[in-house]
Parts: sequence; C-alpha cells; structure tokens
Amino acid sequence: MPTVSMAQALNTALRDALRDDERVLVFGEDVGPLGGVFRITDGLTRDFGEERCFDTPLAESGIVGLAVGMAMGGFRPVVEMQFDAFAYPAFEQIASHVAKLRNRTRGRLALPMVIRVPYAGGIGGVEHHCDSSEAYYAHTPGLKVVTPATPEDAYWLLRDAIADPDPVVFLEPKKLYWAKAEAALERRAAAPFGRAVVRRPGRDATLVAYGPSVPVALEAASAAAEDGLDLEVVDLRTIVPFDDETVAASVRRTGRCVVVQEAQGFAGVGAEIAARVQERCFHSLAAPVLRVAGFDIPYPPPKLEHVHLPGVDRILDAVDRLQFDDRPDVRHLSRGAA
Amino acid sequence: MSTKTSAKAVRELLPSPAPIRFVDESGTAVKAPAGYAIPPDELLREAYRWMVVGRRFDTQATALTKQGRLAVYPSSRGQEACQVGGVLALRERDWLFPTYRDSVALVARGLDPVEVLTLLRGDWHCGYDPAATRVAPQCTPLATQVLHATGMAEALRRKGEDGVAMAFVGDGGTSEGDFHEALNFAAVLKAPVVFFVQNNKYAISVPLAKQSAAPALAYKGVGYGVPAEQVDGNDLVAVLSVLGAAVEHARSGRGPFLVEAHTYRMDAHTNADDAGRYRDDDEVRRWAGADPVRRLETYLRGRGLLTDDDVESARTQGETFAAGLRARMNADTEPDLLEIFDHVYAEPTPQLLEQREQLRAELNAQES
Ligand SMILES: Cc1ncc(C[n+]2csc(CCOP(=O)(O)OP(=O)(O)O)c2C)c(N)n1
Ligand SMILES: [Mg+2]
Repeated sequence: MPTVSMAQALNTALRDALRDDERVLVFGEDVGPLGGVFRITDGLTRDFGEERCFDTPLAESGIVGLAVGMAMGGFRPVVEMQFDAFAYPAFEQIASHVAKLRNRTRGRLALPMVIRVPYAGGIGGVEHHCDSSEAYYAHTPGLKVVTPATPEDAYWLLRDAIADPDPVVFLEPKKLYWAKAEAALERRAAAPFGRAVVRRPGRDATLVAYGPSVPVALEAASAAAEDGLDLEVVDLRTIVPFDDETVAASVRRTGRCVVVQEAQGFAGVGAEIAARVQERCFHSLAAPVLRVAGFDIPYPPPKLEHVHLPGVDRILDAVDRLQFDDRPDVRHLSRGAA
Repeated sequence: MSTKTSAKAVRELLPSPAPIRFVDESGTAVKAPAGYAIPPDELLREAYRWMVVGRRFDTQATALTKQGRLAVYPSSRGQEACQVGGVLALRERDWLFPTYRDSVALVARGLDPVEVLTLLRGDWHCGYDPAATRVAPQCTPLATQVLHATGMAEALRRKGEDGVAMAFVGDGGTSEGDFHEALNFAAVLKAPVVFFVQNNKYAISVPLAKQSAAPALAYKGVGYGVPAEQVDGNDLVAVLSVLGAAVEHARSGRGPFLVEAHTYRMDAHTNADDAGRYRDDDEVRRWAGADPVRRLETYLRGRGLLTDDDVESARTQGETFAAGLRARMNADTEPDLLEIFDHVYAEPTPQLLEQREQLRAELNAQES
C-alpha cells in the first residue's frame, strides 16, 4: 500500500471525482494556478482546465451562493473556504439555503455540493486561522458534517461527500494535512459514510474522538497501555450522520467513556455525544461520561495553543477520574463548597 | 502601463438619467425613448389581462389573510407592471428567482395560485415544483436569491442552453452584501442573469433616502461593470420593453444586466404592518394617480387595442380566478405531520427516524 499525506489523498480524491463526473466543479479563492493556500487543489486547473477548477472573486457568501445556483442547475460544486473563520460570511447561505433547499421544495430540488473547510488548530496559526467550527454546522439540520482523521478516510469520505445527494460540510484538520500513512486509494477498504470505526479496540474505557483529536486519543491510549489500562478509541468520521450504534456498543462493552474534542467545550459536539451516551448506556456506565475539550476562550495565539489544546496528559487525567477505584469524583462538589 | 479608465466604457454602463417611459400617468404616449421598442400589441394585451387578474388575486389574498386563511401576505398592489412585465419578458426555459413579494409574478407565470400561497398559508415548503416551473422558491432572506440566480445563469451558460435567469429584489435588498457579490460574480463570469430591482420606495418602514445615497439604484451596476437601466415601474410598456432588452442582452452572451423600476407599494409591508407610522396618506394618494393598470388600459384604448368587451372579459376572468382561489383556500387541508422528517435529507438519518416514530406515537395517543 502506498504511503500518502492527507493533503495528497484529498488532491487525489478531487482529481478522481473531476475525472469520473463531468458535473463536478472545483472553485474558491486561490484554488486555481496556486493550488489553494494548502495546495489541496494543486495542479487541478492545469490538468482539468479553467472550466473545471477556477478562482472566483473574493467573497465567501458569493462562492457558496453561486454554488447553490449551480447545483440547482445540475452541477456538483466542490467549493473551498480558505480557512475556518473565513467561512463565516457564507453562514447565511449555508444555514438558510444550503441546509434547507431540499426541505423547502418538499424534496423536489436537491443540493449535491461540498463545502471544504480547512479547520482547527495545532499549526501555530494566528488569530482567525484556527477555529473549530464544527458545532455551528452540526447544529444545522440538513447539513452532513464530515471530518477525516486519516489519509485513507480523507480520500474516501471526500469521494462519498461529492457523490452524496445532500450538501456536505467537509472539515479538514489542518494539522493532519502533512501526516502520512498507508492508504488504500484504489480499492475501498474504508468504512461506509455515516459509520464510525473503532480505531483501537480496548476493554477498560472508550475514548470518542473525531478529526484532529483522533491521533491524540490514540497516543493517549498507547500511553495508558503502558500503565496497564486498555482503552478503546472510536473515530466518528461523520459527525452528521451520527453513528449512535457504534458509539453506544463500545461504551456498553467498556462501561466508561471520555469524549475528546479540540473545540471549546461549552455547547459543543462533545456535549451532544456525552448526552447521547448517557441516555443510551446509563446502566452500563460505571462512571459519568467526561469531556476533554478546548477551553471556552477565543482560540489562543501560537505561543499559547499548547495549553489550550487537549493533549495526552489531559486525556489521561480524565481517564484517571473514571472511578476505577470506585471513589466518586467530587471535584465539582468541593469547588462549590469552597 | 496605462491605468486610465475609458470614459466611453463607463458611459456604456450607465443608466439613462431619467427613467425610461413610454406612457405618462394619464395614459398618454410620450415621445418614444431612443433605443427601445414598443412591445408587440398582442403581448401588451396579454399583459393587461394578467395585470387585472393579478390585482384581483392580490386583493383576494389580502382578504383571505384577514379571514385567517393565510398566515401573512405581502401585497404587491401598485407594482403589477413590474410583476407582470418581469415574467412576460422571460421565456419558458428561463429561470425566475422571486422574493416573498412576488406572488403575482408567479401567478402570471402560470403557476397554480394555491401552490403559490402554500408557504404564506403557513406550510413548510414552497408548494410548487421549482424544477418543472423553473421558478425558485420565493426567497425571504434578502438578496440571497440574487446569488442563486447568478449560479443558475452560469449553469445554463455552461450547459449551452440559451436560457436566462432573472432575480427579483427590492430596494432594501440592494443594501445587502449578497446583492453586491452577485453583481460582481456575474460580471466576472459573464453570466446571463438579469437583476430586476423593484424600487417600491420602502423597506418595511425605512424610506429610500435612508437606504442609499446612490443617484439611483441602477447606478450600483457601474462599479461592477454591469450595464444598467432605470425605468418607470408603473408603465408596463416601458418595463416590458426595457426588461425585454435586458433579457436579450443576457441571452446573446453579453453578460448580466441591471434594471431598476421605480414603483410604489400601495399597501403596508404586510397585513401585520402599520404603514401610518412612517408615511402619510397624501403620498399614497399621489401614487394612486400613477396606477399602472389604469394607465395601461387608457393607453391601449387610445391605440384601439382594447375594447369595452376586452376590459369586461379581463374583469370577469379576475373574478372567476378569485372565486376559485377563495373556494380552494377555504377548504381545510390535513397536512401530513409525519412528512416534516422526510425531506431534511435524501434519506432520513437514524435519529430523524426515531423522532418520526416518537411523533407518530404521540399522535396515536392523542387520537385514542
Ligand atoms: C437578511 C434579512 N434581513 C432582514 C429581513 C427582514 N425583512 C423582511 S422584508 C424587509 C424589507 C425589505 O425591503 P425591500 O428589499 O425594499 O423589499 P420590499 O419588501 O419592499 O418588497 C426586511 C427588513 C429579511 N427578510 N432578511
Ligand atoms: Mg422596498
């Protein structure tokens, strides 16, 4: 199996989609001759022509609104938002139209389009370049929300997203762009769209993660193994649709659960997961479901991001609090009493 | 390297300083404006019939709202020349991107009036089939539809269809970012789209003077390289002539075109609005003197294109239309409550299926 980076896998997915379906178009800011600021669209204009991959004027609402009209007109636009925080001007188009058109037309119009967003931190980016914006999209009915953690998933999930009859917000963890791994891009081994996978089986507790947090969770599981704890790691892959079945089955097996996300914790995707696990697995749980998340602050500057991002230690600390010794975790209580 | 702007290139983008007009308020023909042709007689007669029917539809919809049959109705009374002129300038293969105010335009496009009023009746979908009618769902988030029209126009161009997209938008809507982004994108892409601004002088309560300092809204085109024209929006002959030329411009591959029509919203913003708080009756009375339906009638009679019989037959057609609408809107319908889960995605997610089951159980429990 070849070893590729996530960036290469995404580029190959776009190429193969452009080759296989003439309705597919790629457009956005600097995606043409430059190949995008992260080079994900590298060479596409050269190889497929300006008609298939092109630079647009600089306006995100314009890009998404144009894509809506083109998708209504029979094309399958794959648009790039340059960075997470620069997708916000398009939010009205996304929330009011991209997400709702099928419903507003009683299913008569579909919007097969993909909005690719390089997202999240860990690359030493300056302000407005590191937001974890998944909760905004996941909270919007009508959108599918995807975030890959491996090059192989990046390829197949992007192919799936482009082929999907519904609009997909495709969140690409920037810090994983250059991470390499063996990947089967020729023949599919990846799990189906909408299914989570167990990245590492374990007996003692489940770590639920997605996108940029998956490698961190795996690292934490390796470290815990040295201490004799056997952690299972579930990678969601698609936040919407959410795979309750795989997550709940894992937690019922292990009886303990920590949800890991890079985004600020309050009202985040992790809160939703914790609630769902509790609702479904209450009688299997030996401890409360814990969350490990970013702090509830605007994304911090490069010198401070290491204290903000949930790392191995913070995950292991949470695992420690899963009451393996049968003593309740009273940290919140004692703080209230002080 | 020269960076000088060509004065000629700028002039070609500018609208006429005064709105194009063929017929004055009294219904008398004025000196024909240069560069525009009077539309064919039969088209003018058809426009008249639709304006009469459209107005009757509009007053009927307002009445139905007062009776609680519609949740809300934004009337376009007084704007019939725009509503009908905009639609008659298009062919069947062209796409229309209307706003919430443009129900009369949809009726003139031949859509079933009950389907047109589906959303305003309080349902969750637009009622008609946008793919079959080539009419996008009526759009409420202001100016967002202008981008969709641009995207559709670009799609039509790429597919080699000689179709055109037309976006309706209000004077207030031209302040929204999406309006500007759409003009810019359309000009750069040379997309065959016509932007049709119905300047009815108010955005809910806010008058034009507080909305824009542009000499006229049509001047918003020049900065983007979009040619523009302004027209007397209560003169059907002028609206149809100018929009016909704009559509032809787009269809022939010369890119987008912007038309501003000066008109007036005779009723309040919607039935829920109190226009007395921001405009006086004198102003409304003055505009009543510029009524587009009467103006066209007088003009067509003067040219011998309309007889008493024609006028009476249009009136009867309007009454029949309104009676049919009344009867159908007064029939209670049973919405399929469980369908609200069906079109969120192509296939409902497992979670939506669960919620569907939950609602079904709740409904069953209520029945028994
Ligand atoms: C983005 C957005 N902001 C605010 C509103 C609320 N709103 C509905 S209609 C309207 C006034 C629009 O005025 P105009 O564009 O002139 O159209 P008109 O109603 O006069 O036809 C406003 C503010 C909205 N629908 N969308
Ligand atoms: Mg207005």
